[in-house]
Amino acid sequence: MAKRVTAETLSRRQREISVSEFFAKNRHLLGFDSLRKALLTTVKEAVDNSLDACEEAGILPEIWVELEAAEGNNRYVVRVTDNGPGIVETQAPRIFGQLLYGSKFHSLKQSRGQQGIGISAAAMYGQLTTGKPVSIVSRTGPRSPAYAMQVVIDTNTNKPKAVGKKKLDDWDLDHGTRVELELEAQYMKGRQSVEEFLHQVAVANPHATLHYRDPHGEETDYVRGVQSNPAAPSEIKPHPHGVELGVLMKMLQSTQHATISQCLSRDFSRVSPQMAVGLAKRAGIDPKARPNTVVRKAADQLYQALNDSATRIRPPSTDCLSPIGVQELLAGLTRGIRAEFYGVETRRPAVYRGNPFQVEVGLAWGGDLPADDLAKVLRFANRVPLQYLAGSCCITKAVMDVSWRNYGLTQSRGALPSGPLIVLVHLASVWVPFSSESKVAVADYDEIRKEIKLAVQTCGRRLGQYVKRKARAKSEARRREVFNLYIEEVVNSVEAITGKDQKLFRDRLLAISRKKTELAGMLEEQEASSDELEACENVLVVDPNAGPPVAEDAEAAAAEHLPPPLPVEAERDPGSQLELV
Amino acid sequence: MTADRLKIPASLDAKAKIEHLAKKTIAMARREVDPYVDIPSRTLSNVTFSKRKKIIEMGDATQRRSLFNLNQARKYMQTLLVARGCSQLLDEQKTTSIRDLYYMSKHTLADGKENTFDGQEESDPIIEDLEVTLGALREELHLFAAKRGSVVGPLTLVDAGDVIDLSRMGSGGWSVPGIVEPETIRFVGHGARFILLVEKEAVWARLNEDKFWKRHNCILVTGQGQPPRGVRRLLYRMVHELELPLYVFVDNDPWGYYIHSVVKQGSIGLAFESRRMAVPKARFIGLSSFDPAAYDLSEDVSIRLNDQDRSRAKEILNYEWFKARAWQKEIKNMLSAGVKWELEALSSKGLSFVTEEFLPKKIADRDWI
Repeated sequence: MAKRVTAETLSRRQREISVSEFFAKNRHLLGFDSLRKALLTTVKEAVDNSLDACEEAGILPEIWVELEAAEGNNRYVVRVTDNGPGIVETQAPRIFGQLLYGSKFHSLKQSRGQQGIGISAAAMYGQLTTGKPVSIVSRTGPRSPAYAMQVVIDTNTNKPKAVGKKKLDDWDLDHGTRVELELEAQYMKGRQSVEEFLHQVAVANPHATLHYRDPHGEETDYVRGVQSNPAAPSEIKPHPHGVELGVLMKMLQSTQHATISQCLSRDFSRVSPQMAVGLAKRAGIDPKARPNTVVRKAADQLYQALNDSATRIRPPSTDCLSPIGVQELLAGLTRGIRAEFYGVETRRPAVYRGNPFQVEVGLAWGGDLPADDLAKVLRFANRVPLQYLAGSCCITKAVMDVSWRNYGLTQSRGALPSGPLIVLVHLASVWVPFSSESKVAVADYDEIRKEIKLAVQTCGRRLGQYVKRKARAKSEARRREVFNLYIEEVVNSVEAITGKDQKLFRDRLLAISRKKTELAGMLEEQEASSDELEACENVLVVDPNAGPPVAEDAEAAAAEHLPPPLPVEAERDPGSQLELV
Repeated sequence: MTADRLKIPASLDAKAKIEHLAKKTIAMARREVDPYVDIPSRTLSNVTFSKRKKIIEMGDATQRRSLFNLNQARKYMQTLLVARGCSQLLDEQKTTSIRDLYYMSKHTLADGKENTFDGQEESDPIIEDLEVTLGALREELHLFAAKRGSVVGPLTLVDAGDVIDLSRMGSGGWSVPGIVEPETIRFVGHGARFILLVEKEAVWARLNEDKFWKRHNCILVTGQGQPPRGVRRLLYRMVHELELPLYVFVDNDPWGYYIHSVVKQGSIGLAFESRRMAVPKARFIGLSSFDPAAYDLSEDVSIRLNDQDRSRAKEILNYEWFKARAWQKEIKNMLSAGVKWELEALSSKGLSFVTEEFLPKKIADRDWI
């Protein structure tokens, strides 16, 4: 029976290597394909989880991210602490130690993570590269004590095991969670760094306070600029146009409803009972058949019927989306980016392939931004920064589609505009269509690209007004100066030619000059006030000559070189140095 | 206010004209009118070719230059600065070069950043503007350009009181001053049969060395390229006062054609000067695009036409004063041949080919346009 023994050994060995092999083969999908990216992905997954948890529990997020160099080459400790609702002790091992465990995978709801793969993958990566398990501290409320544990992942079985559990007598936070793990990684500043990620998180999440300490002990703080959480997105059922055949089959297998027609009308949105019966009949299936008896071929026919152009299904409801919001985005931009002009546009929700989505765009121009570089595009999907594959992303393409020259900027053919400009694009959707499994670039859907372009154009027009107005003001000032300089030369010449003092002549010319420039100034003001009607609350202009705003409360004072948060109402305050266009 | 009121009476002398301009400017300011100058346009659209007089004449179109127009203010200021400079020269009874005037008028404005003029290329056109505006020539404003051009030949003249025999000028010739008005230059006597204007100084030197002018009794002139105003005015005076024919000897390319054209009809930019400079009787003696074949020149010494040559050739084909059949034939022949020829190309037939054979035969055959 040697043969069977060999087979069993083989099958066991297969399991033994399966988890690490899964990692090795799917590193790129999970975001661990380089040492640099591993560090970023780990921070990103932890921060995303923290933000989602806080928002779901209705807590204003405050998050501490700490990086420390550990002993050995390329070893780092990542520690992320939040003031979230905490984790029930019995759930913790599974959340941090089991791949594909979570609450997000099966629901259609706008959330940061979509797969439930994130933090457990990071924990596994840490354990595989350093042999050290992930440590957790969590507390669910002031009346329950905090606990600590380490979660070891059994790579044989993909099962988590809690070790070293203990109660803590005292913890700094009334509620919250701390994840700490050591991993093989590389720390570097600059593009696609942890710093850049947190900076962008701060821009897109103005309601969150972030504290960051890098491996050299340098600290950065982003104090929240908005005092309320975004409206909680609601869950919706999938729309028939948004499901793929495989998903449809899975839904038929796992439905709790007894018949095909019930399954269609209750598990999907926008399908009425009559429509469900009609669809089943069109697919050649008995509407009363049990869903789990539908064979692949019949499911395919049903899938065809759902996507048939003759089948008229109303687009899905869009109230499930939670955009950042105009004032919130302005607050986010001003606390992260020192510019002169800020413009924001939130589009109405739209639909691609049965999935509701919504586009928001923010522009920041001038100020401290580098004037000679190409514009920078900050891409966000459900408030999460996208830092890789910018070139193939639908967002970048849409921004390049826009004719920026119309707005007074320079742009080479088929390129991003150049100038002191940052373009922020946020795509909110219950299902963000990523172009690859690594979830770093948005797939190119016409509907999405069009919406982004429209939003960018609306913002661009306002920027154009501002840029042109500024250029006019400059020419106005210059005109005054030039006329008076030239008048002096003209008067001197006439005096030399006539051999007489021409004081009266000079005074008259200066009077004409005054009149001329005042008239031009008035015309400009009229033009400017007509501009104002369109812009208003979507635009914020910071006087470029004003020094850095002075922080008032102690919390903001900690924010050293960063501008303090912008009070949402600031632009209506006449005493403020912010002025509306 | 009408344009007439700004017109400067032609009867006034130069100094009075400048004063008139200044007083008009003061008057405009008094009536709270933005001060301006109407400057006759020196553009192709404002010149006409007089078929009767056979010269290019300036039209009536003017361009207004205002102080309180941001695009014109600088030039307006410069116009008055140049007027002031000329006024000073006239007051002091001095004559100077246009380069000197540039330096006289150049200084930094009160803001410490901008200069009144950034280079002579900025002041030279303003001088021409002022000439046409005032109806006063450069020399009347006591200005001259850097001198260029040489003459040699059987001619005696008085230059600023010195009697000069142009047949005894050695290898360099007599250099033509910027101003050649009768007050400075007077012709005393001559033994010439014709005048030959040569584009290239090198060819002029070759002709002088061979004493071509002695053998053929001609006055040999070069303007070193496009002749400056002094040379053109001198040619005009010699043709009229000495009653001599003028032959123009230039490279066979569009630029050579145009040098001849400027001598013959006047130029677009200085159309107001045609009356006293253009020599409608001037004859184009070569190099014609038909000469290389007639005189058996080797293709080796031709030069391929470049894009600039072609477009310039097509441009002058459309000028009113190139509409004569002979000229259309001449230029089209060059274009179809696709090559141009420099005067020096004639040397390929031997150093003295041009003096011994080419020019004598061309003149004898009356082979000119």
